[in-house]
Amino acid sequence: MLRVIVRRLLQLVVTLIALSALIFIWLRNLPGGPVDALLGERATPETRALLTKALGYDQPILVQYAKFMQRVLTGDFGNSIRTGEPVTEVIGRAFPATIELALAAMIIAIGLGVPLGYLAARYRGRLLDNLSIAGTLLGISIPIFFLGYLLKDVFTQNIHWFPPSGRLSTGLDNTNVTGFFVLDGLLTREFDATADALWHLILPAFTLATIPLAVIVRMTRASVLDVLNEDYVRTAEAKGLRHKTIRGRHILRNALLPVVTIIGLQTGALLSGAVLTEKVYNWGGLGTLITDSISGGRDYPVLQALILLAALVFVVVNLLVDLSYAVIDPRVRVR
Amino acid sequence: MSDPITRPGVAAPRDGADPTGTGERPASATERGIGRLGDRKKARLDELARASADKGGVSLVRDAFRRLRRNPVAMFGAAIVAVFILVAIFAPLLAPHDPAQRFDELTKNLTVDSIPGASSGFPLGSDPLGRDFLSRLIYGSRQTLFVGVLATLIGLALGVLIGAVAGAFGGWIDNILMRFTDVMLALPALLLAISLVAMASKSSQWTVILAVAIVNVPIFARLLRGSMLAQRESDHVLAARALGVKQRSIVLRHMLPNAMTAVIVQATLTLSTAILEAASLSFLGLGDPDINRAEWGLMLGVDGVRYFEVRPELAYYPALAIIVVALGFTLLGEGMREAIDPKNRR
Amino acid sequence: MQASRRKAAVALAAAAALAVGASGCAKSERDGDSGGAKTGGTFVFAGASNPKNFDPIFNDDGESFRPIRQMYDTLIQNKPGTADLQGALAESWEHDAEGKVWTFHLRKGVKFHDGTAFNAAAVCFNFDRWYNMKGAAAQANMIYYMDVFGGFAKNESENAGKAVYNKCEAKDDNTAVLTLNQYKGAFPGAFALTALSIASPEALKKYDADTVKQNGDSFEYSAFASEHPVGTGPFTFGGWDKAKGEITLNRNPDYWGEKAKVDKLIIKVIPDENTRKQELRAGTVQGIDFPAPADRKALEGEGFNVINRPAFNVLYLGINQKNPKLKDLRVRQAIAYALNRQQLVQTKGPGGTKVADEFMPDTVLGYAPDVQKYDYNPEKAKQLLKEAGAEGLTLNFYYPTDVSRPYMPNPQEIFTVLANDLQAVGIKVNGVPRPWNGGFKDDVQTFGKQDLHILGWTGDYNDPGNFVGTFFGRAKNEFGDQGMTEMFDAITKADGTVDEAGKKAAWEQVNRDIAAKWLPAVPVWHAPPAIVVTKDVKGLIASPLTDERFNTVSVG
Repeated sequence: MLRVIVRRLLQLVVTLIALSALIFIWLRNLPGGPVDALLGERATPETRALLTKALGYDQPILVQYAKFMQRVLTGDFGNSIRTGEPVTEVIGRAFPATIELALAAMIIAIGLGVPLGYLAARYRGRLLDNLSIAGTLLGISIPIFFLGYLLKDVFTQNIHWFPPSGRLSTGLDNTNVTGFFVLDGLLTREFDATADALWHLILPAFTLATIPLAVIVRMTRASVLDVLNEDYVRTAEAKGLRHKTIRGRHILRNALLPVVTIIGLQTGALLSGAVLTEKVYNWGGLGTLITDSISGGRDYPVLQALILLAALVFVVVNLLVDLSYAVIDPRVRVR
Repeated sequence: MSDPITRPGVAAPRDGADPTGTGERPASATERGIGRLGDRKKARLDELARASADKGGVSLVRDAFRRLRRNPVAMFGAAIVAVFILVAIFAPLLAPHDPAQRFDELTKNLTVDSIPGASSGFPLGSDPLGRDFLSRLIYGSRQTLFVGVLATLIGLALGVLIGAVAGAFGGWIDNILMRFTDVMLALPALLLAISLVAMASKSSQWTVILAVAIVNVPIFARLLRGSMLAQRESDHVLAARALGVKQRSIVLRHMLPNAMTAVIVQATLTLSTAILEAASLSFLGLGDPDINRAEWGLMLGVDGVRYFEVRPELAYYPALAIIVVALGFTLLGEGMREAIDPKNRR
Repeated sequence: MQASRRKAAVALAAAAALAVGASGCAKSERDGDSGGAKTGGTFVFAGASNPKNFDPIFNDDGESFRPIRQMYDTLIQNKPGTADLQGALAESWEHDAEGKVWTFHLRKGVKFHDGTAFNAAAVCFNFDRWYNMKGAAAQANMIYYMDVFGGFAKNESENAGKAVYNKCEAKDDNTAVLTLNQYKGAFPGAFALTALSIASPEALKKYDADTVKQNGDSFEYSAFASEHPVGTGPFTFGGWDKAKGEITLNRNPDYWGEKAKVDKLIIKVIPDENTRKQELRAGTVQGIDFPAPADRKALEGEGFNVINRPAFNVLYLGINQKNPKLKDLRVRQAIAYALNRQQLVQTKGPGGTKVADEFMPDTVLGYAPDVQKYDYNPEKAKQLLKEAGAEGLTLNFYYPTDVSRPYMPNPQEIFTVLANDLQAVGIKVNGVPRPWNGGFKDDVQTFGKQDLHILGWTGDYNDPGNFVGTFFGRAKNEFGDQGMTEMFDAITKADGTVDEAGKKAAWEQVNRDIAAKWLPAVPVWHAPPAIVVTKDVKGLIASPLTDERFNTVSVG
């Protein structure tokens, strides 16, 4: 077991180093870059040369990479070119924003999706069922950024129910603890800050929830329909059990199993949607960060760190899952 | 770049015999692990693959087609798709004007903060540059179809290649290839596309097409492989093998054609997401930079958003077109999937 | 279709609205000071991106300068609303006949925010600091200094030239004498550059201002630049909350000039122009910069105050003479005649845009009223092309994507229109889009890969050299104009003329010759950028140089 872990960890390190080298060299071979971004129209050959030298871009790429790795090993990913802040800070700030948004969207998607899916299945073929099917189909066919624009237009410009963008009202004097603004407000007992954060959160979360909501409704519906046809449900009915008991103990419990799996697996779709939603609502999360880092002047340090972070999370999770399988599943262990 | 990750893990068993007898290779621990995020996609793909591989032969296709025709929802989808394709083909006949031409009648009243609406000869008014909006919408169907179909085809071709190789040979080739596709499958599709566009030195229509295509490669690869694996143990392949038919022609003549049913179903569904993804890239500023080209995603993601307050129609019409067409492909694709699903055979 | 979902959404929204009502109360109690008084209160202004830091000399972009302008002063400043000069920290100034010795008579009784006195020694400390700056990282950040003074005491890059600066002496407490090695047309306008603002010597020393560290791909600035900026301006530094993208500045009660009317100024960073507009409507900000041209009319209709800054910029169509066909003046003229700039201005120009006949706005000294004009004339264009034997010409037209500049709000649309015009006279255009920071400037300015391109410039100070000199003062790959020595000589001579009347005449002649004889590019338009504030914001004076100081602003 220990040997396995060590070997996998070594593999992980090798993978990350190879990946970082590849990304580093690739990004630096793209046309344009930070010197362009920093100088604007004002670039003269002199200032360009000075900046290229100051940033060390005149050195061989492998030297640059070695320096980069040296810093990374001390936990220093450099500073963002756009804002000058340490990359770790920039990402550390964007991360909770995206998680908060994604969690809220998931809560909405589950909270609405499961009951709706269940009801649709129970009243199969009736108006509610047809409406929910139509709704979910529309939900997966509508470009999510367009939906975001529509919602924003209606709820912030026509009827002023929600703020148009951002995570908190300007000038609100709140205390930042975790970066999750809703949680922060609760922790510091600044309940107005929590309310304000929630108020900002609702519209983006609804927008982002569209696709997972559609998927969950359909999945729940299909799953409940499957279970309804199962023998044990029929048996239970025949036994004369109360409907409530059947519903709770038999149908829902069994039907929800695949739904629960699906919920966990919506992460990818959620992150894709987050990029678009964050741009519509100027949310300031990872999605905004990655698009801004690309179009706003190829912010190498941020891009590198983001890609590496993604790879790291991915590889580590993979490793953990592997190991946990080895622990849990005797069959795998035997092999 | 994913290659080192795809190296089979220690816990991965050698792929070999198929003890479960379902035709599906038991998910190895590593495979399950790495594919965690993509499990749902995978499960669905595998199911689809099995369904289509269940029974070979023409009768299956005919059966499925019959069932499809009896499904009004699917037929509705098919009608949308048919209209869309017809409009795309006959765009030059249908469009009242040249989509690239600027008209004095329209530019006369055009300013940066006011775009003329309907007038005689221009039923939907002007676009932001004084061109006929209706003609651009009609021609837009062509470019949209072009981007969608090409992205799907390229994704399909690469995916089929990988999937067929993996499915036909099995063993360590399969292991490596599938590990690779699982990694890609687990990445959020749009993020993958964004990264690909960002990594391209210059963006063009082709970077968009390729980015969307590559996102779909693992989907097709996994689908095809599953289907081929299922068939490896099926009667008609066993029979062929027993008759001494060569491996290559078994793959090409027997396994591949049968697997294609599932692939075509998936391609139909993919067309819908491809169109949506291309629009998303345009919105993020990573799409086709040539605004001269009439393409719905571009019209919605660039002009539509920019002039949303000046003339929301510039967003509404392309958005509506995209929604309807995406819906059409989804309905048709799901209808097809249901039709080939053995559970629905009666 | 989506009724069920919508209904649920509405219900939830209603619940949320209740919660909002509650939070709204708490909030208004919290910042109750934003009441309706004429003075006092908070002015929240939305900018487009994060500032780099708050040390004036290490910055070169408008978004960094916005807060810097509120905290610092320059020796000379632009008269509010114009590009003309007036005294600031220096009440008056004069120079010798050669333009090499500049004497500044300083304002008395001015104090820096840290309580130290502003005097001639402080002025010279700042000049010496710039001139003696060490380290490639620090020097590389001094873009404007390089532009004006050309070099350092010790250059870190072999490309930099000899310094224009010689020395600065404090003749007495209130007289600073600056000696230059050479006169440049940039003076005295350049002394009004925000980058050359005067900072507190004590604070500069205390917070280690000269330290700029290169860290990987970027720079780390000193505590002075990021946390303790100290100048003489109408506002003092309050704080920079990067998480919320807010810079807070407080009223400086001891300001030497017109004291700020508001107690607090918040500069909020909102990168997306659409979002800026919506925040303005929602009332969370009272002013925004750079509204989308398409939104201006709508905002005006809703009662917002849309203020057009006088245009101090130019958009041009660059022509690259590396292509032998384009070396022929007739072909370049044909291109100029082919462009329907009047129509472009009408259909795509932000309100107040004018067709450009010269490469600088008419408010700049040396603008010639009588240059050769190229009014839209496709027939003449065709004829000229025929004479030059350049029919069936195919040109690579580079244009930027991913960018919006005040002079070029939407490059893709501008390209499409211009290309259309060229195609109409038989020039085949091959459009090449390149991301602004992803190769456009490299390809166009460094490598000169293009035949045609669009680019522009926003002026920094009132001097023709800052416009025409920047473009055509020397050979550039951008225009492939290495052979046009006559033009370079004429510009160098004009730039070196000290006497004002002579300078004016020289530049007027340069402008005439550029239009008639040289035509290295075609000026397209001057587009005024706008600034928008709510109705109750009074006293904001828009500047052609975006040099707005918010001390005159009151809210409510």
